[in-house]
Amino acid sequence: MERSLMKGNEALAEAAIRAGCKCYFGYPITPQNEIGAYMSNTLPKLGGVFVQAESEIGAINMIYGCAATGTRCMTSSSSPGMSLKTEGISYLVGADLPCVIVNIQRGGPGLGSIQPSQADYWQTTRALGHGDMRMPVFAPYSVQEMVDMTSKAFDIAEEFRTPVMVLADGLLGQMMEPVSFPDSGTTGSSSPTWATDGHDNKRKKNIVNSLFLEPIELENVIKERFDRYEKIKEKHCEAAYENTEDADIIIAAYGSTARITQTAAEMARAEGIKVGTFRPITVYPFPEKQLQAACKNAKKVLVVEMSMGQMVDDVKLALDCKIPVEFYGRSGGFVPGPQEVLEKIRGMM
Amino acid sequence: MPNFTRPKSLVDVPNHYCPGCTHGIIHRIIAEVIDEMGIDGQTIGVCPVGCSVLAYNYFSCDMIQASHGRSPAVATGVKRAKPDRFVFTYQGDGDLAAIGTAEIIHAAARGENITAIFVNNTTYGMTGGQMAPTTLPGQKTQTTPFGRNTAVEGFPIRVCELMSQLDGVALAERVAVIDPKTIMGAKKAIRKAFEIQKNKQGFSIVEILSNCPTNWGMTPLESLERIKTEMMPYYPLGVYKEGSIR
Repeated sequence: MERSLMKGNEALAEAAIRAGCKCYFGYPITPQNEIGAYMSNTLPKLGGVFVQAESEIGAINMIYGCAATGTRCMTSSSSPGMSLKTEGISYLVGADLPCVIVNIQRGGPGLGSIQPSQADYWQTTRALGHGDMRMPVFAPYSVQEMVDMTSKAFDIAEEFRTPVMVLADGLLGQMMEPVSFPDSGTTGSSSPTWATDGHDNKRKKNIVNSLFLEPIELENVIKERFDRYEKIKEKHCEAAYENTEDADIIIAAYGSTARITQTAAEMARAEGIKVGTFRPITVYPFPEKQLQAACKNAKKVLVVEMSMGQMVDDVKLALDCKIPVEFYGRSGGFVPGPQEVLEKIRGMM
Repeated sequence: MPNFTRPKSLVDVPNHYCPGCTHGIIHRIIAEVIDEMGIDGQTIGVCPVGCSVLAYNYFSCDMIQASHGRSPAVATGVKRAKPDRFVFTYQGDGDLAAIGTAEIIHAAARGENITAIFVNNTTYGMTGGQMAPTTLPGQKTQTTPFGRNTAVEGFPIRVCELMSQLDGVALAERVAVIDPKTIMGAKKAIRKAFEIQKNKQGFSIVEILSNCPTNWGMTPLESLERIKTEMMPYYPLGVYKEGSIR
């Protein structure tokens, strides 16, 4: 394990390459440009491909074509760019193509801001494209997790034939932290049986397609895909929680916000308020069982987000309204400080 | 006399195209070229939304169905991952010259080693005959019921002329498929495009003036006559750019 000091975006790019990412297609947008810059400098030297596409739409469709050949590939963007990619993401899901998509969130709606944000939670977990669809989403909270989860995302994408999202924010993308890389990543299978990479007259032709004109055919395809989501739920639904056993209040937060709430929880404990923390690592599938376990002795739950309140919906659904759930959030590019969160906790007592 | 048989690269299934439509002819000459070059096993076709969206059922090579207009980007992804494979897109006029303008222009500008087969029939066939970017001035369509008024709906796009301005283009040629002579010419152009791709000489596009008897409200013969009398004067056949970009 080598250890280096790296920016989140660059560490993520390096992790992707080590995980066997052969092709990267992207379009410039702040605050994720270091990913494309890193890829353009590194991938071609290793025999890989970097293409700066004409648009986010172009980039996601290049991913579609590249993934169809069974080649490990990745694209990255930030919030407004992600909206443009949604058509392509829906097709990727519809055609069961594995790839990794990174969203380094910034403020919205519209052009919003270039400051950190978590306002794409709903889009990411509910509506990343038209149609009956979902996709696994990892939400790292450190540069190290950006590395680990990117690597994992490639494996899960391939195992379940689905796009996988790494959902971070401008804060994680831009900050530097010490990080360790695995010595060698997995590289995936070279030519999966379903790939449209030329049959060489050695197998039947393959078709990559999302069109099913017969209702029963489409319904069956979708049902099979949702069965896969259930398997992902069983196998890869992750969360981390601390000091929850005796806690009166559980603070739930994901991504960089979870670091702030961790500090706020420690401050509250120092004042004698029993606070525990809960952090979803996958936001789809949402770690419902883990949240229920973490909250079994809690009197109240506080959800903190860099948004007007989006993940709070999933927390309420998971707890089935059995425990009161309160919310504290900042929008517009503000990162909530531990003191603000602490004041909110005091107010809940 | 050689027997007139189905090209090996065309799957023996009924197609969904309307009677008299030239998609069948175009599919056939592409398949013949693939057969003659012996590249069926090395070819990946990309067919986006439009009348030819189901073409993945008709060609025997590996096939990808793409979203509306995006097949040049999809083909770029395939070709960059597998540079030694043959990759072609099969696009209509609404797909290539309206919703997918950015994708085709930039694939061409990058000099992607792919071939675009561009079927221009001046209308959106699949959705019922709306105005396309290539609809001729005065032409009646579902969305120009009084004829395309250039003062309101603007002017048609001449794709080969546009493409000929891009340095990444190794071949931009317009052909038609209205009689044996033009069909042979179209096949020759497709062969040329595939050879250019084989030699890694750059982006190639073959525009094929085609018909739509159903949405034009014509018999097949009338529709072929319209290509000659109305389309060819506006879209002259010929080679607009030819030569390796490298």
